[in-house]
Amino acid sequence: MKHVLAPIAALLALALASPLALAQKKYDPGATDKEIKVGNINPYSGPASAYGTIGKTIGAYLKKVNDDGGVNGRKINYISLDDGYSPPKTVEMARKLVEQDEVLLLFQPLGTPPNSAIHKYMNSKKVPQLFVATGATKWNDPKNFPWTMGWQPNYQDEATIYAQHILKTKPNAKIAVLYQNDDYGKDYLKGFKDGLGAKVSMIVKEVSYEVADPTVDSQMVQLQSSGADVFFNITTPKFAAQAIRKAFDSGWKPVHYLNNVSASIGSVLTPAGLDKSVGLISTQYLKDPTDKAWEKDKDVIDWTAFMKKYYPGGDLTDASNFYGWVVGQTLVQVLKQAGDNLTRENVMKQAASLKDFSPAGMLPGIKINTSATDFAPIQSVRLIQFDGKQWNGFSEVMGQ
Amino acid sequence: MSRNKLIFLVVLVLVACALPFLVSNYRVFQFTLVLVYAIALLGLNLLTGYNGQISLGHGAFYAIGAYTAAILMDKFGFPYWATLPIAGAVCLVVGFLFGLPALRLEGIYLALATFALGVSMPQLLKYHHLEKWTGGVQGIVITKPDAPFGLPLNPDQWLYFFTLVVMLLMFLFAWNLLRGRIGRALIAIRDHHVAAEAMGVNTSIYKSLTFGVSALYTGIAGALGAIAVQFVAPDSFNIFLSIVFLVGIVIGGLASIPGAIYGAIFIQFIPNIADELSKAAPWAIFGIFMIGFVYAMPFGINGAIRMLLARFGRKAQTGGPGSTITESSLKTKEASQ
Repeated sequence: MKHVLAPIAALLALALASPLALAQKKYDPGATDKEIKVGNINPYSGPASAYGTIGKTIGAYLKKVNDDGGVNGRKINYISLDDGYSPPKTVEMARKLVEQDEVLLLFQPLGTPPNSAIHKYMNSKKVPQLFVATGATKWNDPKNFPWTMGWQPNYQDEATIYAQHILKTKPNAKIAVLYQNDDYGKDYLKGFKDGLGAKVSMIVKEVSYEVADPTVDSQMVQLQSSGADVFFNITTPKFAAQAIRKAFDSGWKPVHYLNNVSASIGSVLTPAGLDKSVGLISTQYLKDPTDKAWEKDKDVIDWTAFMKKYYPGGDLTDASNFYGWVVGQTLVQVLKQAGDNLTRENVMKQAASLKDFSPAGMLPGIKINTSATDFAPIQSVRLIQFDGKQWNGFSEVMGQ
Repeated sequence: MSRNKLIFLVVLVLVACALPFLVSNYRVFQFTLVLVYAIALLGLNLLTGYNGQISLGHGAFYAIGAYTAAILMDKFGFPYWATLPIAGAVCLVVGFLFGLPALRLEGIYLALATFALGVSMPQLLKYHHLEKWTGGVQGIVITKPDAPFGLPLNPDQWLYFFTLVVMLLMFLFAWNLLRGRIGRALIAIRDHHVAAEAMGVNTSIYKSLTFGVSALYTGIAGALGAIAVQFVAPDSFNIFLSIVFLVGIVIGGLASIPGAIYGAIFIQFIPNIADELSKAAPWAIFGIFMIGFVYAMPFGINGAIRMLLARFGRKAQTGGPGSTITESSLKTKEASQ
């Protein structure tokens, strides 16, 4: 009797289990048993093409993930298109990825104007616009835009941290501000002013420049002549290097706050002159691979090995290449968590349930946390100061 | 217009009408942009191709049209269709006024003056006293219109047909304008403005009016483009747009009406093909395409098609006298079109 029952029991178990096993696998367009289609839009041409390398690093990283067996047995099919940083082109490319290539999600489209252009479209199509590559504050709005999520600390939070630091350490400062005349610069400026609050009159001079300007020398002269003793430098790498050099050469030497966007030793401080950069204050959330302090760090060694094998043409001093590697890991984590339920809804749900996730390359103590009401993955940074050789953290991890 | 041509045109319009039902919505959106660019290119062609005034700043008029439409829809609740005539009128006035001082400038100097306009436009749009309306660097998001009267069309298809009708009207208007006295005057000014003046053509009025009408076309195209893309921002209208327009009319065929459509197809699709061929240097590939086209078709795509047709025609007629195609006969043919 025993022998008869055993196979029946086994069959019963199978019969019960198999529909369950089938039911667990759920797919939206772009996902199958074999692959997951991930779309991406980057400026490989045009005024912001320096950032195009992020898209290439992500591609290289996902290739490595595929070579290592993929995510839950599925290969990632990464389709990256060029929009030249032109919003109408971004709309066209997003529509191509969603409607023609049928990607499961759109990952890391770059820039505030391009992402603004597709914000509404992605949300009406209910396709994830995941971990956008911009620090604007508006991406954290799960109530109105449940299909869009940022990644990096937003510009306003970062600027508020500088403002608080100034209020604490130099309450009678006279502040000069240089900012890029676009959404990025203005977002920083707004956060900075909000941070100063009632003491916003501490700003004695603010001057802007255009991305197309050859130098910021004349702006720097104006700022210096204002008599300010604190300088908040809201510039992208090329201009940051110019401003640092000019501030030093002209003998101004204010307390110099530099936005995180340009805190790379390799691509900003070295061209500006390391001796001229002593005393700079900035914030960090990622390790800087060009910083001697991290030379023997396992993450940086792993990254260098990865770059050499999968993206040999990539610049090892370019912080964008490090950024691409870390954000790529975040995507893979989300897809891992999603398991066999690869619907767009579940992708957003998993992206919104990251708990104390710390990808390789992140500063110790900084973790990614999200929830259904919190679509801002990285919210903390650390204040750092440059000593002529490397950045030194001098504050606890700040922010929420 | 001959009967054959008319039949050909009707077939073409029928094909254009069938298109949105045969391809995906994404393609319909792309073809809508082709129609939009065709209107803009026709506007620039009126000025550069027919009247000989080179503009490197037509992206600015496109931007003004786009912003006029976006602001009217977003801040004042205008329906999308009502924004087109207003965008056109605004650009007509701006273009005319810009054309007046530009009259003193000839050839390459005018090109520089218009270049200045194109280059400054994105920054003017960011100007913070205008931010209340323009949305500054963040731009303006607008809603895509649904098909009216319960037509069984999705918004993409509806917008395609709407744009197609506008385009056909604008092309008809241009054709009417160019085949008569005004068209002859424009070409006369281009070819020899002293002679034109001697014949009694008021060159200054004609030139600034052409500037105005050309801006009107481009402005209406800008408004349609904004409605199709559902978003305007200063970064959408950089100087590159103006240069791409110029590329479009030269590749499509200077001083030809159908050339605007060929040029629009070129500027819409070739960059995408270039991007697919090479991620590292898409604009280098685009450049190779451009050189190839200019080399193989010195009179633009339209000129090449005419030459081909003429060659076949000559074979059919077994070579009648005067059937050889030269540059001058090509030009007169276009003028009398």
